[in-house]
Amino acid sequence: MYRTKFFDHLILIAGVILMLGPLVVAFTTSTHTAAEIHSNGLMLSIGGHLEETYGKVLFRKGGFTGEVTGMTMAVNSLILGLGFAIGKIVLSMLAAYAIVYFRFRFATLAFWLIFTTLLLPLEVRIMPSYKVMSELGLLNSHVGLILPLLASATGTFFFRQFFKSVPDELLEAARIDGAGPVKFFIDVLVPLSRTMIAAVFIIMFVYGWNQYLWPMLMTTDESFYTLMRGIKQILQVWVGSQIPDYNEAFAMAVLAMLPPVVVVVIFQSWFIKGLTESDK
Amino acid sequence: MKRVQFNSRFIPYLLLLPQFAIISIFFYWPSAQAIHSSFFIEDPFGFGSAFVGLDNYTDALTAPEYQKIARFTVAYSLIVTFLTLSLGLLLALKADAVIRGQSTYKTLLIVVYAIAPPVAGLIGMMFFDQHIGPFVHFVALFGWDMKVGINYFDTAFAMIAVAVWNQIPYNFIFFLSGLQGIPASIREAAAIDCKSGTRRFWTVILPLLTPTAFFLLVINMTYSLFDTFGVIDVIVKDKPANNPITLVYKVYLDGFRGNDLGSSSAQSVILMVIVLALTLIQFRFIERRVHYG
Repeated sequence: MYRTKFFDHLILIAGVILMLGPLVVAFTTSTHTAAEIHSNGLMLSIGGHLEETYGKVLFRKGGFTGEVTGMTMAVNSLILGLGFAIGKIVLSMLAAYAIVYFRFRFATLAFWLIFTTLLLPLEVRIMPSYKVMSELGLLNSHVGLILPLLASATGTFFFRQFFKSVPDELLEAARIDGAGPVKFFIDVLVPLSRTMIAAVFIIMFVYGWNQYLWPMLMTTDESFYTLMRGIKQILQVWVGSQIPDYNEAFAMAVLAMLPPVVVVVIFQSWFIKGLTESDK
Repeated sequence: MKRVQFNSRFIPYLLLLPQFAIISIFFYWPSAQAIHSSFFIEDPFGFGSAFVGLDNYTDALTAPEYQKIARFTVAYSLIVTFLTLSLGLLLALKADAVIRGQSTYKTLLIVVYAIAPPVAGLIGMMFFDQHIGPFVHFVALFGWDMKVGINYFDTAFAMIAVAVWNQIPYNFIFFLSGLQGIPASIREAAAIDCKSGTRRFWTVILPLLTPTAFFLLVINMTYSLFDTFGVIDVIVKDKPANNPITLVYKVYLDGFRGNDLGSSSAQSVILMVIVLALTLIQFRFIERRVHYG
C-alpha cells in the first residue's frame, strides 16, 4: 500500500514536470539576452534582462508601420476574448431560453438548424467566410474578428442542458404569481444561472483569446493584430537573421499565455464544473 | 422538454433572431458557398469562373500529394488521440488515488489547458530547435540527429509531441471528474470481490468510464484534425516543402497562399463529410456499445 502511493506520487510529479517544465523554462529563458541563449541554449536560471525584454516587447513600436506595440496586441486580444465571451453568452442564453421554455411551430427545425453548427468548425469554411467578411466590409475590424466565431452553438448547448435541469416547479410558481416570459427570464432564470454563466464565460474567454487562424487571416492592418498574430510576426522576422530574438519570442509567448492561465487557475472550480457537467 | 411552457406568438422568434442572424450569415451562407465553389474553377484574378462538375474533387483525391497528406492526417490524429487519451487517463487515475496533494496536482495539471496551440508550438519549437533545443541535444547522445523542419519524420515527431502536450489537461479533467463520479459503493463492492487492482480497473472502472472516454475520443479527433492548425503553422511557417501537414493546413495553403478557390473548397467539403461521418459513427455505432452507468 505504502509503495503504490509512492509510485502514484512519482508518476504525478513526472506529469507535472512534463506539463509545467516547458512553461517555466520559457519564462526563465526569456529573462536572458538572445546572444546568451544562442550560445548556451535554454536556461533554468533567471537572468538580468527581465524588465528590459518585457519592456521592449510591450512598448517598442514595431511592424511595417512602426505603430504596433505588444500592448496594442494585448488590448486587441482582450477585446476579442471579452467580446466573444459576452456575445456568446447573450446569444446563447436567449436562444436556449426560446428552445427550452417556449412552444412554437418551428421549434424542432430551429433546434436542428442551431445544433448543426456544432458539427463543422470554422476551419473547414475558412475561405468562404473570409469572402463573406470582405463583401460585408468587415475585414480589419473588431466586429469582424468576433462575429464569425460566434456562429457555433456550443454556448447554446451548454445553456440548453442547464435550463433543462431547472425544476419545472419554478416556472409553474412564477406563472401562478403572474410573471411573464421576460420577468421570469430576468428575475428567476438569470440569477439561477450565475455559476453557469461564469463557467461559460471562462471557457469562452480562453477560447477567444487563443484564436489564431481567423485573426491571422482577418487582420492585415497591424493595429488590429492580436498577441497570437504577433507570435507569427516574430517568427516571420526570424527567417534569415543571424541570432534570432529567442528572448523576445519567449517573452511574447509568456505574455500571450499569462491571462488565460491566470483565469483558468483562479476560477478552476467553476470552469471544471461548467466543462464537465454540460458537455455530456 | 418542459411540461409547462410559455405560449407566445412572437417572443421565441425574437429570442432566436440574433443567433439565427449570426449563423445564417457566418455559417450557412459560407458553407453553401464552399459547396457551390467546389464545382467551379475560378480565375485567380477574379475574372469569372467555369463550371467543372466534380473535377475539383477527383483532382484533389487522385493527386499523390493529397493522398500523402491524407495518410499523414489519419496517422497523426490516431496517434495524438491515443496518446492524449492514455496519458490523460493515467494522470487522472493517479490523481484520483492519492489523497495528499490531490488538489495541488489537479491545479498544476490543468494549467496547460489555457495555452493556445500556436504558443505551445512556439515553445515546442524552441525545445526541438537545432541550436538551442535541449531535446535535440539529449537525443543526440543516442545518435538521433534530429532536424525539425527538414526531416519529415522529425517534424512529425515534434508536431505530435506538442499537440499531445497541449491536449492532455482536457483529457485529465474529464477522466478525473468521471472517476470521481463513480459511486463509492461500487468501488467498495469491487474491492471485496477482487483483490487485484489492475483487474478491477479493466473490469469495473474502465467500463464505467467508457462514456467519458468515448466523448473524449471524438473531441480529440476533432482537436487533432482542426485545432492543431496553430501548432502546425508555427512549426511549418507557410513553407511545407518536405514537411508533414494535415488536410486543414492544405485547405488553407491552397486557398490563401495558392489562390486556388475551387480546389480549396472541394477539400473543405471533403473535410465536412469526414466530420459528419465521425459524428454519425458516434451516434449510430459506438454509442450503443458504451456502458452508461
